[in-house]
Amino acid sequence: MTTSLLVLAAIMAVVVWWLLRPTLNVKPWVEQRPIKNVDAEGTLPLPPVKVGLGVFLAVATSLFALLISAYHMRMMAADWTHLALPRVLWLNTGVLILSGVAMQWTRAAAQREQIDSVRIGLIAAGVFTVSFLAGQLWAWQQLNAAGYFVKTDPATAFFYLLTALHGLHLLGGMYVWGRTTARVLRGVEVGKVRLSVELCTVYWHYLLLVWLVLFAVLLHTHS
Amino acid sequence: MSSVAFDESPHVPPAEVPEVELYHPKTFIGRYIWSQDAKVIAVQYAITAISVGVVALVLSGLMRLQLGFPHTFSFITPANYLQFVTMHGMIMVIYLLTALFLGGFGNYLIPLMVGARDMVFPYVNMVSYWVYLFAVLLLMASFFVPGGPTGAGWTLYPPQAILGGTPGANWGIILMLVSLAFFIIGFTMGGLNYVVTVLQARTRGMTMMRLPLTVWGILMATILALLAFPALFVSAIMMILDQALGTSFFMPALVSKGQHLAYNGGSPILFQHLFWFFGHPEVYIVALPAFGIVSDLISVNARRNIFGYRMMVWAILAIGGLSFMVWAHHMYVSGMNPYFGFFFATTTLVIAIPTALKVYNWVLTLWRGDIHLTVPMLFAIGFVFTFINGGLTGLFLGNVPVDIPLSGTMFVVAHFHMVMAVSPILVVFGAIYHWYPKVTGRMLNDTLGKFHFWVTFLGTYAIYYPMHYLGFLGVPRRYFAMGNTVFIPPSAQSLNVAITIAALIVGAIQVVFLYNLIWSYFKGKPSGPNPWRATTLEWQTPHTPPKHGNFGPTLPVVYRWAYDYSVPGAAEDFIPQDQPPGRKAPGLEEAPDASELGPQKPGALVT
Amino acid sequence: MVLAIVLVLLVVGSIVFHFMSPWYFTPIASNWGTIDDTVTITFWVTGIVFVAVNLFMAYCVMRYRHGKASRAHYEPENKKLEGALVLLTTVGIAAMLTPGLFAWAKFIAVPKDAAVVEVVARQWYFNYRFPGEDGVLGTVDARYVSDENPFGVNPDDPKGQDDILVSSPQLHLPVGKPVKVELRSIDVLHDFTVPQFRSKMNMVPGLVTYFWLTPTRIGTFDAFCEQLCGIAHFAMRGKVIVEDERAFQAWLRSYPTFAQSRAQAPGDAAAGKPLYAVCTACHGLQAEGNPALHAPKLSGQGDWYLRRQLKNFKNGARGKDVKDVFGQMMAPLAATLVDDAAIANVVAYIKTLADIPSPATVNGNAKNGQYPYVTCAACHGANGRGVQAMNAPRLKDMSDWYLVTQLKDFKNGIRGAHPADMYGPQMAAMAAILVDDRETNDVVAYIDTLR
Repeated sequence: MTTSLLVLAAIMAVVVWWLLRPTLNVKPWVEQRPIKNVDAEGTLPLPPVKVGLGVFLAVATSLFALLISAYHMRMMAADWTHLALPRVLWLNTGVLILSGVAMQWTRAAAQREQIDSVRIGLIAAGVFTVSFLAGQLWAWQQLNAAGYFVKTDPATAFFYLLTALHGLHLLGGMYVWGRTTARVLRGVEVGKVRLSVELCTVYWHYLLLVWLVLFAVLLHTHS
Repeated sequence: MSSVAFDESPHVPPAEVPEVELYHPKTFIGRYIWSQDAKVIAVQYAITAISVGVVALVLSGLMRLQLGFPHTFSFITPANYLQFVTMHGMIMVIYLLTALFLGGFGNYLIPLMVGARDMVFPYVNMVSYWVYLFAVLLLMASFFVPGGPTGAGWTLYPPQAILGGTPGANWGIILMLVSLAFFIIGFTMGGLNYVVTVLQARTRGMTMMRLPLTVWGILMATILALLAFPALFVSAIMMILDQALGTSFFMPALVSKGQHLAYNGGSPILFQHLFWFFGHPEVYIVALPAFGIVSDLISVNARRNIFGYRMMVWAILAIGGLSFMVWAHHMYVSGMNPYFGFFFATTTLVIAIPTALKVYNWVLTLWRGDIHLTVPMLFAIGFVFTFINGGLTGLFLGNVPVDIPLSGTMFVVAHFHMVMAVSPILVVFGAIYHWYPKVTGRMLNDTLGKFHFWVTFLGTYAIYYPMHYLGFLGVPRRYFAMGNTVFIPPSAQSLNVAITIAALIVGAIQVVFLYNLIWSYFKGKPSGPNPWRATTLEWQTPHTPPKHGNFGPTLPVVYRWAYDYSVPGAAEDFIPQDQPPGRKAPGLEEAPDASELGPQKPGALVT
Repeated sequence: MVLAIVLVLLVVGSIVFHFMSPWYFTPIASNWGTIDDTVTITFWVTGIVFVAVNLFMAYCVMRYRHGKASRAHYEPENKKLEGALVLLTTVGIAAMLTPGLFAWAKFIAVPKDAAVVEVVARQWYFNYRFPGEDGVLGTVDARYVSDENPFGVNPDDPKGQDDILVSSPQLHLPVGKPVKVELRSIDVLHDFTVPQFRSKMNMVPGLVTYFWLTPTRIGTFDAFCEQLCGIAHFAMRGKVIVEDERAFQAWLRSYPTFAQSRAQAPGDAAAGKPLYAVCTACHGLQAEGNPALHAPKLSGQGDWYLRRQLKNFKNGARGKDVKDVFGQMMAPLAATLVDDAAIANVVAYIKTLADIPSPATVNGNAKNGQYPYVTCAACHGANGRGVQAMNAPRLKDMSDWYLVTQLKDFKNGIRGAHPADMYGPQMAAMAAILVDDRETNDVVAYIDTLR
């Protein structure tokens, strides 16, 4: 549980600090005209949906941190056997990095208002992501073929669980990606999809980071 | 309505959210069923939560019948009894209290109190309710599957939760876990809304420190829930895998009913850590909104600002931060590493300090106030009394050696019912009496309300105060019948009978409340916009009940905190938050000059 | 006004209840007086806060209630007052926490000279294991658990051979000697609690947990499971008998070691045949039973169960109650079996007899009986074949009229109430759920339909 404690302590520290900041040295009972500088009212200079994504990422972080600490606690049991990770995971990792690069590139293009590049970038990111998911399924296939089923041993069970949850999060991202791409293909102007592209980029980077952490944890503990 | 330019800069101050941005439905279904209006969603949440709460109330009545009159009712078997215990607990904690405080009160009050037109993501908000309803239906479905609902206790501890010696170990537990997973998904959708709305959609002048404590409480509870529910989500998924696919996350090698099962090496303690990592913050998820709401009820009815507002906010923050560091105090006797006891006993007793401060400040708000004993105020004072009792018994269970003899006994049942069942429910009642006029435009009947209060308050105290002493005696909890023992005197059974009678009376009297809700909707006294003469924004809406969009053509501008009651020199004993400075009397509605708002960002507000 | 008075009355009433209530801690029987002291301190601190805050609230409600000209005092905050209250609270918290932490430090530090006893829990009874002469418990594992080796002791571990196995829910402990209670579960979470000892800990399958105590008072105490463990959780009981060293040693010697329990010769059916001649008069040649003579069918019943009941009759745990007319007839006949070997032999012979299902004789509504049978199925199995691991005998195809009389006897305390009847009390608690004779007949009628 130490991992989750540290991660959640960090998240809670940020939350409490963020909420505490505008409360210090304020005498709220003093009546005042509306404050001129909106920042001072404790509102983030971001559109709500970006803040929403940030909050959701905190939730997802809590989820994955708890899974990792459960993994570590379960590892301590006597019956733990190390899992032979399929090699294809390295390839998948590379593909996921490429999809993140493509997203980043798309975001830059969206800022420069280059709709053609946005179109290409989105499609490339989508192709890479689908390839990653297919690669993950392939890894499952390989494990299955080697006789490692979900009930074979706890390490295998965790592998399936972690990759499945990560994949589901990516699939959720693909939904937003699909809507955005469809709008771009329909010829919507860049300004209208810029926010969506930015959100996707942040989310993709986040899931890449999660995957790297998960992969590192799996690698660190495999035979 | 003048034209409004939408600023490209992300700094858009919320006052410029144009009224036309919201989609106004035209049909009945669009308005009341597939509604994206937070107020309608709030009522949907509330009705669903209260309905399922009535089911749980009936279950508790059946449990009390068995405990008061054992071996009298042939339809209550040991298996049923455990199923009642489990479903009662889970429904009350998650599907009633969490959903009602956050989904119900959160949805209704957050946009109105912060001065927003609606939640920031209305569509997601609507989906949140429907997912919640689906979770409730799944849970109810478990009453009708083979084996019935799970009887593993609301803590759902493995291994027993998924083994044959426990009722509902096949269908029941799976439906429960899937339902919880859906509840969490639905809640996360709603929770994102509540947090972002409070952070980003506050109206001009509504600084964080001008928020009513209700909003602070709901905000912090939502943050806790968002971070804590994943622990339950993870453990639910892992237990589903253990049950359905035979993995061994939580299941050690064991011999059940003489049969060797294929599990190996799993850790039941791991589940307990995950469960309580969610379970303890859950206590505050229920308590913090109650703390917030009761602060406002007391302040309004004592006609006095809440005493020590800043300390109250800091206490909420401190409780929220600490609540993630105390979970293992539920596990002192679980067999975990005993050295954890030192750490968790200390953190648990430390969390009592901010909590005690909140109690002091409620009482100090009454001190030198001008107390109007309205029905909401009665419930608020009833809450403070009950909460003091429940909080203090928490100090017994939080202190590790004291917990040893008391854990697993009726003392625990009495304690947590006092602190997280009766206390929050009294606040729920007070809040409903308080905001019903805003929701419907009519007052609830006062006489029925007072009757409801007295029976509920005194009745619940009569149920739970003596129950602590059964715990001291050593009467175990979750026992279908006490049976023969050497040391439990027959008088303990007489006490059980008395508790059962009190419980049945309190349960039955809630019909009066439901009747009041329905009768007053049609026949209640019209309330006017601000019957309690309160300062917060929800009472300053141009329409009662507020229409979709809440505030008419322009959003209010806030000039003061939520607690300007009995300000020296003011003509009235309250000054609404949106009343500009320099005016002596409330009620004169006059839009502020643009010049009063100070320099704007370029293009921010074009009139 | 009314509210203020009610608040005062509630405070006074709570205090009066606390001091007058006949329901409080049972007299302590262990060395954990420090726990009771911490509880007392906690009571004083919390009691003072309870009284002070609530009376102050009642005062405020009365003194500052709304009047015609009243107006609240405006005071946003008072840092000094709030600071003082926080400080005072912190002192109170420290006053409770400090002795608590010291008590806990003692609680988890087992003295070096403590004897060891292991409590083995399973659905839904306790058994006990003592380390024997070498003072060390042998290793155990769930995979060794079987009907022959219910404790799951490793048969290859030399340290386990002399372990004394107490296959009974009754535990004896010597007074005045510190004992480390090691706790183990074979199936689900359980807990071992003796209220008078003030100490308890959960059993977790796959782990060994512990607590320690020194029993300080001679007497008989109830032991409970206080961790929900399934349908029969409420009936999972044991007894702890604290006695002097000599009585304890005598009791301990009456139980076999692990090696002895494995060396016990199985019964010899040939030797049992002549012994069975006495039984034929009532139970019949094929042990098919005879309702007219109130003799139940024996053939097909679990041999472990027959042996246990014969011993019960022999040592007076059954057939002693004056209301148990037919049990009283059985008791002297069981006494003709001179020793355990004779019992084993006669049971071995019964095992060779043809298992002819008894005809259904009980008039009941089998459909209604299905509902209460869910509870029975938890131990006796959904098919009623009985489960030795749960001490649940076979019901299906046995004499149904006998089931009815026994259910009534259990319910009415005629059977299962004797202190020497180890597993009877559990069935007595279970039989009590049948509210009347009709329900009893219904459930037996349902058992008749089992196939």
